[in-house]
Amino acid sequence: MLDIADLHVDVDNKPILRGVNLHIKPGETHVLFGPNGSGKSTLIGAIMGFGRYRITSGKIVFKGMDVTSLSVHERAELGIGIAFQRPPVLRGVSLQDLLRISSASRDTNLEATAKELNLESFLPRDVNYGFSGGEVKRSEMLQLLAQDPDLVLLDEPESGVDLENIALIGQAINQLLQKDGLKGQERSRREIKTGRQKAGLIITHTGYILDYVPADVGHVLYEGKMSCSGINPRELLGCIHEMGYGECTKCVV
Amino acid sequence: MTEELHVRAKSAVKKKAVFGEEIDFGLYKDNGILHDYMSSLEALSEAEKKDMLRAGVDASGQGRTGTYIQKDHSVIHSSVSQDGLEVISITEALEKYPWVRDYYWKNVAVDADMYTARAELHQEHGYFIRALPGVKTVYPVQACLYITQEGLIQDVHNIVIAEEGSELNIITGCTTGHGVESGMHIGVSEFYVKKNATISFTMVHNWAENVAVRPRTGATVEDGGAYLSNYICMKPVRSLQMYPTAILDGKSSLARFHSILVAQPGSHMDVGSRVILRGEQSRAEIIARSVTRGGYIMNRGHLLGEVAGAKGHLECRGLMLSPHGVIAAIPELEARAEGVELSHEAAVGKIAEEEIEYLMARGLSEEDATATIVRGFLNVKIMGLPPALEAEVQHAIEMSEQSGL
Repeated sequence: MLDIADLHVDVDNKPILRGVNLHIKPGETHVLFGPNGSGKSTLIGAIMGFGRYRITSGKIVFKGMDVTSLSVHERAELGIGIAFQRPPVLRGVSLQDLLRISSASRDTNLEATAKELNLESFLPRDVNYGFSGGEVKRSEMLQLLAQDPDLVLLDEPESGVDLENIALIGQAINQLLQKDGLKGQERSRREIKTGRQKAGLIITHTGYILDYVPADVGHVLYEGKMSCSGINPRELLGCIHEMGYGECTKCVV
Repeated sequence: MTEELHVRAKSAVKKKAVFGEEIDFGLYKDNGILHDYMSSLEALSEAEKKDMLRAGVDASGQGRTGTYIQKDHSVIHSSVSQDGLEVISITEALEKYPWVRDYYWKNVAVDADMYTARAELHQEHGYFIRALPGVKTVYPVQACLYITQEGLIQDVHNIVIAEEGSELNIITGCTTGHGVESGMHIGVSEFYVKKNATISFTMVHNWAENVAVRPRTGATVEDGGAYLSNYICMKPVRSLQMYPTAILDGKSSLARFHSILVAQPGSHMDVGSRVILRGEQSRAEIIARSVTRGGYIMNRGHLLGEVAGAKGHLECRGLMLSPHGVIAAIPELEARAEGVELSHEAAVGKIAEEEIEYLMARGLSEEDATATIVRGFLNVKIMGLPPALEAEVQHAIEMSEQSGL
């Protein structure tokens, strides 16, 4: 699904990623750990193609296609989607309008999904305007569910969210990644196991989201490079808790 | 009294306006061809109906309580379908009711500048709209000031009175006919909002590239009254300067000015709104949204609080969509009593890259993302119009967007 090879990325002319490799297969959920400033958001931003992340070398291949020089919207059209950590406010654009534009060709029952995410009353409101931390995250989930991407990039989906909301966001992520669904949209176990194609890359600091979303592979990004790639995410999280990120540098892949 | 007004007007024929370039009246024609009155608007040509629709005026009269249409220097239609409402020409009103003189040039000074002076000395009609006490318009009243002759100058004087407890909803469309490029419009408008009455006045300007426009507007609001003004100008206009002023005399009176301006290349707009807060607990809000596609916009605003407890807010936001345009904002706050609360916020810039990329990440092209953000910025929802009127105004915006870009 996603192959990143020797990716170097600058932000404001400062090198942030220095040779990152990452392979995500269809159906897999990967988790990215790493201290503040290690380049996690930069990696996700570069995969999505945001302008401030300048790729200096290396390439990003998605579904077998080199997308390194494609625009954000071309990547979105190919099936990459992102949940922003701190999305901007769009004055005068209602959540409803945005959902309508972003899901134009897809058949989803948005009203029901909005209801499941407790966002019904937010549909006529300006996107993210006056939304609380949890509301912002749930609105990001709703937008992604409308968009239904094949690769989901999640930048700290649990930050600034209370426990009850984390559970709800976890459910939405499971729905997105074909693991399970929101109420009324549950899938059979068999369907879940055999049919899963959607892949995910989740940035998390706390790991709380892993209590709700089963993940397959963990990575630690440290000073712009991957270390500890390929390990079970929960085990990795435990290791980080115990030994700190510094220990990870000792086991560079 | 009429004579005295004439004398004062004559003394001001050369008086420059405080703002805006001086317009040379010599460039325009004084005498236009006159047009016949039509009892039914069905007699309008399709092209004329379309011109009017672009300024929010629906010639079918559907969803309207009353209609006034002035073509060049002729009143071609006025009608009303609700009791307790009056929609006639100001000329007729002055003949019919001697007391209309008491409202004439009371909220705007006849000798304010060369434009008010000209309006008095050359006046060719204008409308008189009045709601009797307690009468509430079900649908809006519409008025159209229409220039169809190349190079013509149109001078009108409008008076709007909302008697005690009444509610008036008015949409005025000012527009030029298809093919007209140059002309001038001087429009004096006086609004009288009596006790507990409301006037909601929405004006859509839809001029041509070489038209000069000088509206001169004054409103007074009594106890518990509200004057809500919405102004939309998205089509090219060579020179537009206006600074409508509302005086809140009454206790708990309210004034709100919302404006949406789009300056096309070659357009020069100098637009402000002023509210003088004199009544106890009076409140004012001025909100301006400006976009330049290459033209010049000067946004002014002035809140003057004269009594303790008066509250006002001024908000001005500008969006640069072209490297060549200019947006300037000069908000002024003036408190003349302890306990006056006034605030303002102003921001001018280009569309945030982050907002465009956010929408692009949802699958919109850069062009569509930009258009969505600009549409949101110019959203008329902020005006708080009745739903039917909001849809009309949005439609007028979309139509002028299509024809103007």
